[in-house]
Amino acid sequence: MFPHYDVIVVGAGHAGCEAAASAANMGSKVLLITMNMQTIAQMSCNPAMGGIAKGQIVREIDAMGGYSGIVSDRSTIQFRMLNRSKGPAMWSPRAQNDRMLFATVWRELLEQTPNVDFYQDMVKGLLVKHGRVEGVITGLGHEIKAKSVVLTNGTFLNGVIHIGEKQFGGGRVAEKAATGITEQLVDLGFESDRLKTGTPPRIDGRSLDYSKMTEQKGDDTVVGFSFLDIPRVKPEQQRSCWITYTSPEVHDILKTGFDRSPMYQGRIQGIGPRYCPSIEDKINRFAERDRHQLFVEPEGWNTVEIYVNGFSTSLPESVQYEALRMVPGFENCRMFRPGYAIEYDYFPPTQLKYSLETKLISNLFFAGQINGTTGYEEAACQGLMAGINAHLAAKEKDALILKRSEAYIGVLIDDLISKGTEEPYRMFTSRAEYRTLLRQDNADLRLTELSYNLGLASEERMEKVKQKQAQVEYLKGKLTEVSLEPEEVNAYLEDNNSAAISQKQKVHQLLLRPGISLDTMYLSVPRLKEILGEMGIETLEQADIQIKYDVYIQKEKEMVARMGQMEDLTIPENFNYDKIHSLSAEARQKFGRIRPGTLGQASRISGVTPSDVQILMVYMGR
Amino acid sequence: MADWNDTIVALATPQGIGAIGVIRLSGERAWVIANELFPSKNLLLQPTHTMHVGLLKDGPHVLDEVVVSLFKGPRSYTGEDVVEISCHGSPYVLQQVVQASIHHGARMAKPGEYTQRAFLNGKLDLAQAEAVADLIASNSAASQHTALANMRGGFSDILKGLRDQLIKFSALIELELDFSQEDVEFVDRTAFYVLIDVALQTTTRLLKSFQLGNVIKNGVKVAIVGKPNAGKSTLLNTLLNENRAIVSEIAGTTRDTIEEVLNIQGILFRLVDTAGIREHTSDVIERIGIERSKGAMDSADLIIYLVDLSAISPSELDDLTLEIGARNKPFVLVGNKADLAGGSDFSDDLLRISAKDPQSVEALKDRMVSLVASGGINTEDVVVTNARHYQALQAVQQSLVDIRNGMDSGLPGDLLALDIRRCLHFLGEITGEVSNDELLGWIFERFCIGK
Repeated sequence: MFPHYDVIVVGAGHAGCEAAASAANMGSKVLLITMNMQTIAQMSCNPAMGGIAKGQIVREIDAMGGYSGIVSDRSTIQFRMLNRSKGPAMWSPRAQNDRMLFATVWRELLEQTPNVDFYQDMVKGLLVKHGRVEGVITGLGHEIKAKSVVLTNGTFLNGVIHIGEKQFGGGRVAEKAATGITEQLVDLGFESDRLKTGTPPRIDGRSLDYSKMTEQKGDDTVVGFSFLDIPRVKPEQQRSCWITYTSPEVHDILKTGFDRSPMYQGRIQGIGPRYCPSIEDKINRFAERDRHQLFVEPEGWNTVEIYVNGFSTSLPESVQYEALRMVPGFENCRMFRPGYAIEYDYFPPTQLKYSLETKLISNLFFAGQINGTTGYEEAACQGLMAGINAHLAAKEKDALILKRSEAYIGVLIDDLISKGTEEPYRMFTSRAEYRTLLRQDNADLRLTELSYNLGLASEERMEKVKQKQAQVEYLKGKLTEVSLEPEEVNAYLEDNNSAAISQKQKVHQLLLRPGISLDTMYLSVPRLKEILGEMGIETLEQADIQIKYDVYIQKEKEMVARMGQMEDLTIPENFNYDKIHSLSAEARQKFGRIRPGTLGQASRISGVTPSDVQILMVYMGR
Repeated sequence: MADWNDTIVALATPQGIGAIGVIRLSGERAWVIANELFPSKNLLLQPTHTMHVGLLKDGPHVLDEVVVSLFKGPRSYTGEDVVEISCHGSPYVLQQVVQASIHHGARMAKPGEYTQRAFLNGKLDLAQAEAVADLIASNSAASQHTALANMRGGFSDILKGLRDQLIKFSALIELELDFSQEDVEFVDRTAFYVLIDVALQTTTRLLKSFQLGNVIKNGVKVAIVGKPNAGKSTLLNTLLNENRAIVSEIAGTTRDTIEEVLNIQGILFRLVDTAGIREHTSDVIERIGIERSKGAMDSADLIIYLVDLSAISPSELDDLTLEIGARNKPFVLVGNKADLAGGSDFSDDLLRISAKDPQSVEALKDRMVSLVASGGINTEDVVVTNARHYQALQAVQQSLVDIRNGMDSGLPGDLLALDIRRCLHFLGEITGEVSNDELLGWIFERFCIGK
């Protein structure tokens, strides 16, 4: 009934979908197995993509030929570029999405991708022979063969949902949990642990009084995620979000439910994320704060359902409901679905290689929450990389490993494998040491060619990047030559609170002034347009950034080169750490388990001290 | 890979004739080897950190009566099992004991190997290990003091304080960046200014101490200059004769000069280019001598300018004072032959001596020491002595200046953060890197983050 596949992907969430798409687009014959064809690419939590650091990841996925950016752009109901007032490294695209449309577009794109087959069934085990995976066994009893298998089980592995004192098995509310895989992997020698996450209640938007909240509109220009020309939402059509706050009264009601909270009763063992705490956690840990911010987010174009961002909770439904009713604007609210907490199995990611292949079983790859991460973007980018590397493994080629200086994706995977994680891992820009290089605006310049050479990014993408690159270089050169006369540019300068000039000045020089940018000058100074010719906003912005922030970009490149030595010092794979008695016991054990590939990776392992690294360096130098 | 588990032996006290000499054994078999040489007691049954008197024998042959000190690892200098054998200081006896140890399976230690083992066993951090190397090489009381302070972590402690402040600063900036959408209050920038100023002051102080550190480690370069017959060689001989017992001739930094080394009150002075001053038999050589004197003044830390009081007028002396003063270096203007010149018209700055009278030269020595001490030099303070540390600190200082300039010009936080990270990185070259997890941990502990 089934052919012999190159790659089987288990799970069709953000990670699974990207994995199936990338492997198939590189030429693998792919089977995507999901427990329910109706829930492909669900946004299980908030109806939004991107945000700080996460938006950069979506841009990177897109630059490499993944689908998340395209899907998000086609289902956006509101777009904002966050942190515009900060430097370009902080500019972070964020979209509010139509939850149902998002899933529909994903399924549509996958169905249009040649080489992707679908099958609805639960995978309950793996076919493993001589330390190598050979396929999967399904709940219906099928044995399906493949050269590589990617597991993206999300929160479904032995998922347990908690609402107040009630608890029941499930991978999402109203969906069955998956069993069998954890048990088999543990038998095979894997280590598993529990994590926890939560989601807020969903509300009937018709029952809210928006006059008591602050409106948060979309941007006047919708930039979007994809570097391709995707039809985007028109600025004036965007939906607004709303901001309101909890109060001491809200907190008092929530506290009445604490004795029935699964967290405080110790029924939940898994560790939750520190940066995405439940509302009860926030009240408890930050007792001095008398209010917390809530974002009221629409779930789509054609629904009244509302997502209450900031109110994640697993307290009893009645307590959730009573407390919400004390929030300004929520006095008459009706609840669609209560918030809940979910506990699930994950496999500490230090058991993986930097390709996301498991160390124990070859050709088996893990991506997404199974690795202890949280977030659609974090999951999607791992899916993309696991799909690429599952394909490469099926074709017996070397794996693709992105460096920390190349992409947030590289930072994420390197962090996971070198350090592991004890709480759900989310990306922050501060995790990247080369933030100024890893910008959302240059993700295509950083990654498209690399992906194109692997056979993933399309010809169309490559052409666009080449054109952008050529135009930016041309602009950078031209702008050091072109001067503007005072009468040409002074009106523009004054409009932008910049001092007028008394004699002609090079455009290049003017761009170094704060508040002055090439795209606005291009629109305001007619002669500039005559000289430079027709230029797209993205190209102008890119040239502007490269000129303005050159000093900082160079500083960071210098750091990359400086650290490059450590990153290039490879440690032999069979290096015997037990012989080095001088290493701390913790370092010896962790080096042995994680097996860092380079001295740089060794230095990032948690619990490893600088002197451990120096000792290793001394040994390697001999 | 080298075998780090063998047992090493070496003389732990300086070569030469002293009252006692200590031989140190370190490694797995240190106690066993000592026990084989020490028949009167079974050392293997003794507790750690004990001392035992007895005869040391190699077979039937008595080597010496010694005191054996036992240290069980990891509570020892190297972190390994260590035995220290205190012998009578005859080089012959010491040599015999080392030979006997080698005979029983020890290996001669390479230079610095004890420190290297201590470092590899986590007993010392890199800065401390480097300080030990300095300590071993130290040849004056002041430099020994500094090296000891560094070894105990004085320098590391200051940098750790600096690093903690910067981490806090950095975390607050990162908070503004990664959590700008959150409902948290960001910190007032004026507090940052204070923090950066304090950090800059600390760094600058440490950098300044490097010059002092160098002085302490390498000695103060002193040029004794003056006209022919001013009495330079007489003065030199008086200075040196007085200290003959602790003076040695060492090869200087420039290949063709010999420097005299002089230890006054624990501070090392290197009398530079004295060869040029000593040879003044013919005009030609004297001219070369004058050229050399100028060169010596250029490279010196301290200048002693000697004048013949019987052959100079007060106004000439004033001119000379200005001329030397223009070099912007600590100097002592010394009036020689004070016994011959009776005049009191000369300024008080002039130090009057009689070069051939050791008693009067004492005043010059005091002046030399006080000049070193007053030139911002405080030997009690923590001192940077290591060129690698100095370079890293210079980079730290530069990035701190960048940060302050950035704050002045309203630079966006992510670019400020870039300079802070550079700063932490360079600091990390001395103290160890800061991980991003450290910053995030700091933030999560203090701020309510998360929607």
